[in-house]
Amino acid sequence: MSNDQQIIDSNINKEYEYGFVTDIESETIPPGLNEEVIRLISHKKEEPEWLLEWRLKAYRHWKKMKTPNWAKINYPDIDYQSISYYSAPKKKELSSLDEVDPQLLETYNKLGIPLEEQKMLSGVAVDAVFDSVSIATTFKDELKKAGVIFCSFSEAVKDHPDLVQKYLGTVVPYTDNYFATLNSAVFTDGSFVYIPKGVKCPMELSTYFRINEANTGQFERTLIIADEGSHVSYLEGCTAPMRDENQLHAAVVELVAHKDSTIKYSTVQNWYPGHPDTGEGGIYNFVTKRGTCLEDNARISWTQVETGSAVTWKYPSCILKGDNSVGEFYSVAVTNHHQQADTGTKMIHLGKNTKSTIISKGISAGKGQQTYRGEVKIMKGAEQARNFSQCDSILIGDSCGAHTFPYIDVRNPTAQMEHEATTSNIGEDQLFYCNQRGISSDDAVSMIVNGFCKEVFNELPMEFAIEATKLMEVTLEGSVG
Amino acid sequence: MLDIQDLHAGVDNKEILKGLSLNIKPGEMHAVMGRNGSGKSTLSNVITGREGYYISKGDVRYKNESIIEWPPEQRALAGLFMSFQYPVVMPGVNNTYFLKSALNAKRKHNGEKELDAAGFLKLIKEKLTELDMDTSYLQRAVNDGFSGGEKKRNEVLQMLTLEPELSILDETDSGLDIDALKIIADGVNKYRSPERSFLVITHYQRLLKYIEPDVVHVLIDGKIVRSGGKELAIELEEKGYGWLES
Repeated sequence: MSNDQQIIDSNINKEYEYGFVTDIESETIPPGLNEEVIRLISHKKEEPEWLLEWRLKAYRHWKKMKTPNWAKINYPDIDYQSISYYSAPKKKELSSLDEVDPQLLETYNKLGIPLEEQKMLSGVAVDAVFDSVSIATTFKDELKKAGVIFCSFSEAVKDHPDLVQKYLGTVVPYTDNYFATLNSAVFTDGSFVYIPKGVKCPMELSTYFRINEANTGQFERTLIIADEGSHVSYLEGCTAPMRDENQLHAAVVELVAHKDSTIKYSTVQNWYPGHPDTGEGGIYNFVTKRGTCLEDNARISWTQVETGSAVTWKYPSCILKGDNSVGEFYSVAVTNHHQQADTGTKMIHLGKNTKSTIISKGISAGKGQQTYRGEVKIMKGAEQARNFSQCDSILIGDSCGAHTFPYIDVRNPTAQMEHEATTSNIGEDQLFYCNQRGISSDDAVSMIVNGFCKEVFNELPMEFAIEATKLMEVTLEGSVG
Repeated sequence: MLDIQDLHAGVDNKEILKGLSLNIKPGEMHAVMGRNGSGKSTLSNVITGREGYYISKGDVRYKNESIIEWPPEQRALAGLFMSFQYPVVMPGVNNTYFLKSALNAKRKHNGEKELDAAGFLKLIKEKLTELDMDTSYLQRAVNDGFSGGEKKRNEVLQMLTLEPELSILDETDSGLDIDALKIIADGVNKYRSPERSFLVITHYQRLLKYIEPDVVHVLIDGKIVRSGGKELAIELEEKGYGWLES
């Protein structure tokens, strides 16, 4: 129909609703990257010598590396010397929420995640990372009773140096890839979780990240260790203020699952996607997330809802080393306007009877470009390994794109592989059908998209599922008549 | 209820309706019969406001208001319903959720309280029984994997639930076996009332055996060439359309 394009064009103008900047005084290192800067970061954080050495090794390695260019994304070259690598709000080391800057609490309120209320109502412990330094940590005592360690990465370096030293870089080594290596050199903070033997973490652990300081790259580092027979569910959610300059984000997340343990890691990501008409100013999100099922019967599950960022480069992966271990990847990614996403997963089967499941749902609207890139590798010793992959794409309008690159590498003949892929679009007929029943086009799109994403949303914890549904609505509102 | 005056309309610069007039009063059931290509689908699409159709002349009035500038959802909320010739599949969208959203959109529009899940379930279960449909329907996605008969039944179920004042039944008999046809006709007949009007668009006279129209119109080349009582339908069945062509 001739009007389709017109409808789509006229409606791809949904502004980013969560854009605002909180005015809190920060202590910021001037832009630039060299060994001095790294020493300064390490010094400011009062780190032990071994960690500084590790950072420097990473930096020296990074200098020899080249930016990867195999992903289906376009963005201007990043000037790493123009980025400031450390920014910390001046007020810190607070013992209770009362001491938190009221303006910050207001920021959370704007995001609809009032900490106070969340503490009381949802039983979610929140380790709020604001720019680079953790400001508020709640429910610590309750977690302590269970023996769970949940703190900022810097605290962990101070209080649990043995654990950090034992596990840091064991899943994502400092030589891993360009962005992970950069992170290893300059990371400022993040979260640390340790669940001791046999403990089922009594609550969902949740961290809200925000990028707030202008011109500050955000280099978070998260390390989660589930000891034998333990169980943890971790939630990561983020929104960011609107701004003009591009912001680089290169986080690293490492998960270690010991024998009979389970780690469930859920993400809702809604960073500023850039100007709707030009794509300018959005976040560049280059993230390395990987988990190892180190021993038998371990399970790692990634669930992600990616609605934000101008550029997303992200492949949460599982190394299934232990026999009977399980890896899961559930993903919904939305690209609207000028957003680009190259995302997927890797499942590396090493142990016997290892099992992996991949469910990927991609939604493209506007001029959005999206790529699913997944690799399933069955190594020689992985007897009876099984994988099921399903990659579905939905297109809204005719100026967007969806691409699927599944790589399969099987080196053991007993493996069972299944792969399904579909591409569909939200048709004029579906919209008219809904309209004729009195349902508006926006409601129709959100209905169809939510139906499409149901399998993934079902994997999210309740509150997150609601937030994800809301985010989808905001992101796609007005993408059709 | 519905008053169409000298309607000239088409799609992609091709005029399909060439001066069609039609007047349906409250409580009346009209049938428009015609061959493929005579303009039947265009008529239903123009009345319901589908994108892509243009109107070059004439007017469509519903309850004494011109609706040709209204978007389709506004027409629907005002009480205009169409049972689709080809009901659309919506994978992943649950029937219950879909129909409840539609009903609540309408209730909200009418200033009525929206139904909660329990209230809706009670209502929908009654309607399902009326149409001899299984409750497993509620868990299925809209028209996904439905047989032709199931799809048409679903359309009539939606009509009974949304309680429109003017219902367009677009080729509702196609793809139905005789048992399904009777059940659907029963549902429609029970739904008839002095306030509700119907426009039945059909190729064959089959459905009209079970739901008796007050007026039958013959559509040829975008114009109504003859109108009469229900006996006109029988005459058409015997003689075909040829004798009416000029």
